[in-house]
Amino acid sequence: MSPTWLAEFSANPIADISSILANSFMRNAALAATAVAVIGGMAGYFVIMRRLVFAGEALSHVAFTAAMGSLLLGFDPLMGVFVITVAVAAGVASVARTTPSYDVPLGITLAWVLGLGALLLTIYTSSSSGSANGAGGINALFGSVLGIDGRDALIAAAVAVAGIVLLMVIARPLLFASLDPVVAGVRGVPGRLVSVVFLMILAASVTEAVQVVGALLTLALLVMPAAIATRWAVRPSRAILLAIAVGLLITWSGLTLGYYLPYPVSFFITTLGFGLYVLTRAAEMLGRLKAARA
Amino acid sequence: MSWNLALDLQQMLQFHFMQNAFLATAVTALVAGPLGYFVVLRAQTFAAHALSHAGFTGAVAALLLGIPPLAGLLPVGVASALGMGMLEDRRTGRQSDGIAIAAVFTFGLGLGLLFLTLYPGQAEDAYSILFGGVLSISDGDLETISVAGLAALVGLVLIGRPLLFASLDPDVALARGVPTRLLSTVFLALLAFAVAEAIQVVGTLLIFALVVTPAATAQLVTARPARAIALSTALALLFAWVGIFIAFYADPYSVVGFYVTTLATGAYLLARATSGLGRRPNPFRAGNRSP
Repeated sequence: MSPTWLAEFSANPIADISSILANSFMRNAALAATAVAVIGGMAGYFVIMRRLVFAGEALSHVAFTAAMGSLLLGFDPLMGVFVITVAVAAGVASVARTTPSYDVPLGITLAWVLGLGALLLTIYTSSSSGSANGAGGINALFGSVLGIDGRDALIAAAVAVAGIVLLMVIARPLLFASLDPVVAGVRGVPGRLVSVVFLMILAASVTEAVQVVGALLTLALLVMPAAIATRWAVRPSRAILLAIAVGLLITWSGLTLGYYLPYPVSFFITTLGFGLYVLTRAAEMLGRLKAARA
Repeated sequence: MSWNLALDLQQMLQFHFMQNAFLATAVTALVAGPLGYFVVLRAQTFAAHALSHAGFTGAVAALLLGIPPLAGLLPVGVASALGMGMLEDRRTGRQSDGIAIAAVFTFGLGLGLLFLTLYPGQAEDAYSILFGGVLSISDGDLETISVAGLAALVGLVLIGRPLLFASLDPDVALARGVPTRLLSTVFLALLAFAVAEAIQVVGTLLIFALVVTPAATAQLVTARPARAIALSTALALLFAWVGIFIAFYADPYSVVGFYVTTLATGAYLLARATSGLGRRPNPFRAGNRSP
């Protein structure tokens, strides 16, 4: 690591932030990261309530394969991934007889989708246009938030706003159906429809997260903030707000660290999320010990 | 390719790397089959998936430090298994909510990405870890794969009976004094061994194809543990060998992982489509256990 990286850093946070945001690539990154932190925090709460962690993981692998397919076929990468992932989510959710959390068929599908992604990646890198850009696959897997251009950042923000609005519309029935599916069904909540719509929103959030942290690390933004939040707050509205706050904290801190240090932003985001989660669990354990002693 | 199987095989086995590929896959399948049986029975697919991803970090760490792959894979895999065991929330009941798994594996993979950034090598190295490099296994690799495989199998034999008990009826097992939590963590650590080997064959991202899919198929066909284990091992071996065979001739698209996953998934779908035809329902069948 060369010391010149830190040379720009000053102890004055306002000067630092303005120097960071003077770069258009950092403004784009901050916009995309903010969008994913907000929609990821909201969707993440329901992911945990509905036990869809593994389904979220599977969708991010679909997004990887979709990214490879879009590269190969020359689609617009962002829109290609978005359309394919949302379509797969809608398809799976409408066909699946039970909730898609069930793990064996999900795992098997996921393995195959990744295998397909590997094939597409090989075809792409061995083709004349792809050989020059062998990093395309690594970017899709691990993210390249600092490489997002202005147009993609705007699309990310627009998709996030649409997803957030839609999520707010279905939030009440979704919450009801998540907490008590049987009673919700009896009361006339269209559980199936709500579940399909939610998975589509989740797929959109996954697409956003793939841009920022990459297909392998989406859970760091879709699950970890909400996992931390639900341990501090029980009420849904508070837990969701806290999840958004945690998401913003780790993405913005990750971006800042990535700006000053020569290491990947995705690494900082995953490490911060994990660190906060471990601290949360440790704090709980201490609390229990104290309560036991008192 | 001549379409004469005997001739093709003879031609293929003239290459030393193909001999190593077939042998390494055989060892991997022998380990993946029995462990996969328990992964499916215990519905720990997500944990298996996460451990396989942790393998990426171990392998890149080994590259970075210049040590043999297995020396990086095993410690990282076992540490991840222990981490998942420690962070698992007891309140969520028997079926894991996946949060502890997600926490450990996003952190682990993030670290892997850091190592990859520090490693001055090519993107191709990362791809071969992620998607497998079975066609380039050395004699030394083969030896370590065999030793680690044997260790995992011995471990599984040692905990096999209580593990089966704890998997089939956790509540009764716990009441009878079986340390189910400890068993679960030990099992995950054994799985990390299996993953450490399978990585060299199909890559971190596709280990599933050898661990989970054959076992799930076998459990659709038979409920008896011994038979299911034998069948899942045989299926894993078959898919892996046929996958290598296809990859050999599909150059430049020798993506063993894709052929293996496709074969395995095809067999699973076939087993699902035909199971339940004229058979009584199988209580241990994957689909019949409510989550």
